[in-house]
Formats: sequence, structure tokens, C-alpha cells
Amino acid sequence: MRDAFTRALMREAAADPRLTLITGDLGFGVLKPFWETYPDQFVNAGIAEQGMTGLAAGLARTGRTVLTYSIGNFPTLRCVEQIRNDCAYHEANVKVVCVGGGFVYGSLGMSHHATEDMAILRALPGVTVFTPGDPVEVEAIVPVMLRTPGTCYLRLGRGGEPTLHKEPLKDWAIPKALTLREGCDVALLSAGGILTQTVSAAGLLAEAGVSAEVVSFPCIKPIDRDKLLQLARRFRHIVTVEEHSVVGGFGSAVCEVLAETGLPCRVHRIGMEDEYSCVVGTQQYLRGAYEMDDKAICHRTLAWLNEANRTEEE
Amino acid sequence: MSERDFPSYEAKTHAAFHGRPIDASDPRVLAWLIRRHGLEMTHLSRGSHIGAIFSVAEIMAVLYTGVLNVSPDDPLMPDRDRLILSKGHAGASVYAALAERGFFPVEELKTHYQNGSRLSGHVSHKGIPGVEFSTGSLGHGLAVAAGMALGAKLDKTSWRAYVVMGDGECDEGSVWEAALQAHQYKLDNLIAVVDHNHMQSLDFCEKTIALEPFADKWRDFGWNTQVVDGHDVDALRAAFTAAQNNLGSGRPSVIIAETVKGKGVSFMENDILWHYRTPQGEEYDAALAELEAQRP
Repeated sequence: MRDAFTRALMREAAADPRLTLITGDLGFGVLKPFWETYPDQFVNAGIAEQGMTGLAAGLARTGRTVLTYSIGNFPTLRCVEQIRNDCAYHEANVKVVCVGGGFVYGSLGMSHHATEDMAILRALPGVTVFTPGDPVEVEAIVPVMLRTPGTCYLRLGRGGEPTLHKEPLKDWAIPKALTLREGCDVALLSAGGILTQTVSAAGLLAEAGVSAEVVSFPCIKPIDRDKLLQLARRFRHIVTVEEHSVVGGFGSAVCEVLAETGLPCRVHRIGMEDEYSCVVGTQQYLRGAYEMDDKAICHRTLAWLNEANRTEEE
Repeated sequence: MSERDFPSYEAKTHAAFHGRPIDASDPRVLAWLIRRHGLEMTHLSRGSHIGAIFSVAEIMAVLYTGVLNVSPDDPLMPDRDRLILSKGHAGASVYAALAERGFFPVEELKTHYQNGSRLSGHVSHKGIPGVEFSTGSLGHGLAVAAGMALGAKLDKTSWRAYVVMGDGECDEGSVWEAALQAHQYKLDNLIAVVDHNHMQSLDFCEKTIALEPFADKWRDFGWNTQVVDGHDVDALRAAFTAAQNNLGSGRPSVIIAETVKGKGVSFMENDILWHYRTPQGEEYDAALAELEAQRP
């Protein structure tokens, strides 16, 4: 996703010479093509995220589209008040970009695990929140984001994720959710880089005789309400999957919509329980440890479906 | 010079505001008007921060009488200078200065702090001609002003970014992040002013988080640093001119304005109580009498 982001951004920077990228001293090996090609559109603010975000707000007030870039919680939680007051309240054209949503920097420890960012950014009025699930979604989102007025948040995964969409997304627009696989027993809804696990889980469920629909939500604020309502009419069970806390993030956003519909559809949330990670490991290890990898999605979904069947029989 | 009309304040202040012709383009007069409005606004609203409004009065008055290139006829003209009041709790000083300089009607000042008013206690830009940026949480303004200055540099335009900060505000680490960044990016079109009234929320700065040697800190950060009497309008004007002439040096400028919190009313000066206290009753009458005695 990182490389897809840089590719898309390079194209946009060529078209808009006032587009400016500010990094908080990170992006070695990712942003290098950018700063070599567009040195006049690149600023290193140093290891100073509050200053970086304030600078971005001020720059944006002079008519530029400005991106801030860092990893994990640094461009978001470290400077959330600057995002709130200086960017969002002023409708500043600042696009906050995080690399490493979830457990990407798994071995580095909880400081580097971004597991509350979606909830916190989503709570800020005026902030559009993008959660691409694969490099194709990133390529579609970047030009849309840069043309979206005001403050946005782009939560990227890592580098080297597999491409899940077979073709480029033509005419993607906010907040369109994307169906990757059709099914009839249960809907698996996914936001962010955990999409690989969600897709894989649908395959495992098929082997167990359960037909799962898979829908990716590249944007969780605003969220695709129409799609959610359609799904809630078709499915009695919806499972949300996010590499993030189950408090306030994607699953919560889905519940907020569906709880008000009155439709007989149950939402089951998969993600980090309300706790901090206290073990380290690879991203995949931690997804397993916190029960959100493909196997966990599969067996937890089966358990929910079985429990519901038992309840109905009783 | 024109006869100033203040029709909407309470009757007793109405009479007090009527007097000799007032020329708000004179910085001494505007500083007095800022204090006079500040007293009314905090009195009517039972609002706070009168001490900070009084300490910053000459700084704001000098800025709005010839230093800033701004115009009430075109508040958003592209080449205007940008000013951010980072110590947003002294917002009444900006509102009073803007109203007196013709950006919006003076009578609107009475709505400060009131239900439904656009004149919030901390300075807000929403719908208020002439206010560049909303503040209130300390430590934000310098970085934003630096961003604006960087934008002006990148666009090769000639306007400057100004920011007025408090000294207590300099406890915030974000101030020093921005101080490093402004130096790194050679923002010699950035002019910061610190209203150095030596007091913060609970006590004197030196007893809280010591800032001294304060000017040396800015010098060490690579800033063109001046220390002036922040109640001397001529000294302030000269410092702004020197800072403007600093363009081309590659260094941002800071003016440390030595001020007195509560300046202008004897019993408010250097008393932390007046960070919060609202002037009412006999205290209001006494403050009014002191300010009226200073009427220019």
C-alpha cells in the first residue's frame, strides 16, 4: 500500500505543483522518489508531529493541499488537537497519512501498534476517514482524497500486500463500499489492511459449507449507509473485521447505522478487544494472537452462526 | 478623527464612552480603547482574562495601527499580512482592535461571551472579518504562523506572518518544535511577539516553569531576538520595523515585549487574581475611574 500511495501521489504532484508533502522524519525508502523528484514540494518537519501538523494547517491556509506523513500513532494521536483545532475546525486542506495501521510494526511494541486511530479520527467533525484494504483501493482513494475539500485521514497498511481487486477501480467515489465476493449465509465487512484475512476467511468458511459475502469499506466516514442497509436486509448476521479496537472504529460505525434501522440483523465485531497489546510479533502473529486472522474470523463466525441456530431451535 | 459612538453598552458606560473625539489610528489611543472595551466586555459578560487583555493592549494597538498590512474594506485581500493571536484568551483585545479599526461594528463587542455570540471568549475566526485563525488551546499559533510564512516563501509573495504568544504558553513543547522548524526553514518573514507579563495561570512564570534566561533561549534557537518595553508604543513600533527589516537574514524574528499583567488598573497589576476575576461593583467603578483618568 505504501508504494501504491507514493505512485499515486507522484502523479498528483506532477499535476499540482502546489501540492506539498510534509513528513515527520519518516518514509526512508518510501518517499525517496517523491523528494528526489519534487524537492520544492517536500518538507521534513523533523520528529515534531505537533509542529508538523500546525505547519500543514498554516500552509494549507495559503491555498495549498498539504499531506502530513508518518507511521503508526505519530501523525494522529500525537497531534490530535492540532488535527482537531488547526486543521479540521479551519476546514484546512490537510491530508493526514499514516503508514502502519494496526499491527504492521508488530515487533516494535504497543507504542507502534495503531489500534485506536480510526475511532479517534472518526470522532472529529469534518474529517473524512479512508481505510483502504489493498493497493488497488489506495490508487483509487488518493486522487479522490486530494480533491476532497477539508481535512482527511488516510490509514495505510504496509508495503507488499497482495492485490485483492482484480482490476483498477474506475470512478470510485466516497463512500462506496466494494463487494469482493458474493455469498448468502453471512456478510463479512472489512475496513483496512485486514481485508486479506477477511477474503481468506471467506474461503475457509466455504470449505466449511458457509457462503460468505465479503465487502470492503475503503471509507468509514462517511460510511456507505445504502450498502449497509442493503446488506442488513439480505443477511441476518454481519461480521465486521478491523485491525483496530472494537471500540469506536469500523464495527462501531456499522452498529451506529444498523441499530437505528430496526432490521433484524445482528452485528458481530472482530478486532482488538478493549485492551492494549502486550505481546509482540509479526503482524500476522499478532492477528492470530488477538483472534482476527483468517482462521479466527472463520471459527468465530461459525461459532456465532451455530449459536444463533441453537437459539432459534430452542 | 471622528466622534466615536458606543450606543449599545449599558447606560452608565454609554456616557463614559462619549467624550472627546477619538482617533483609533493613534496607537496610544487604540491601546486605551482596547483596555476600555476590555473592561466593558469582561464586566458585561462576567468574563475573565482581563489581566492578559491589558498586558497585550499596546502590542495589539501597534500592530493594528500601521504595522499590519490589513484592510477593513477587503479583510481577505490575498497579500494581507496574517496575524494569529496564539494566546487566544486575550481575544477581546483583537475584537476591540478590529472593531475600532472598522472591521465590524463596535456595538457588537457587547455580545462577547454571550449566548449565541460569534465573539467567543477565545478568539474565533468563524464569521468575524479580520480574524485570521481561531485559537484557545495554547501552543498552536506559532506552528500555524510558521506554515503560513512558509507558504508565502514558497509562493514568493511579500506578506508576513505575525503571531502573538504568551510567556506561560511557552511551557508548551509545541512552541519549541515550531521554533526549531521556523529556524530550519529560514522563515525571516515570520515575526513572533511574546507578551512577557511574567504571570501564568496559577502563579508567576518563574515560580511555575522557569523561562529565564528567556531571550537567550530564543537566541540559541537562532531567532533574531529583541527585548522591548511592551507598553511603549514607540519602542514596539521600532522593534516591528527592525523585525520587518530582518527579511533576507534567513532568521525568524521574536520580539519579547516586557509587560505587566493587568497594566492600566493599579489593583489589577501583577495580581494573579485578575487572570480570572471579572470586574464588578466597586472594583468595576474603581477600574473605570482609573482608565478614564488615562483617557487620551
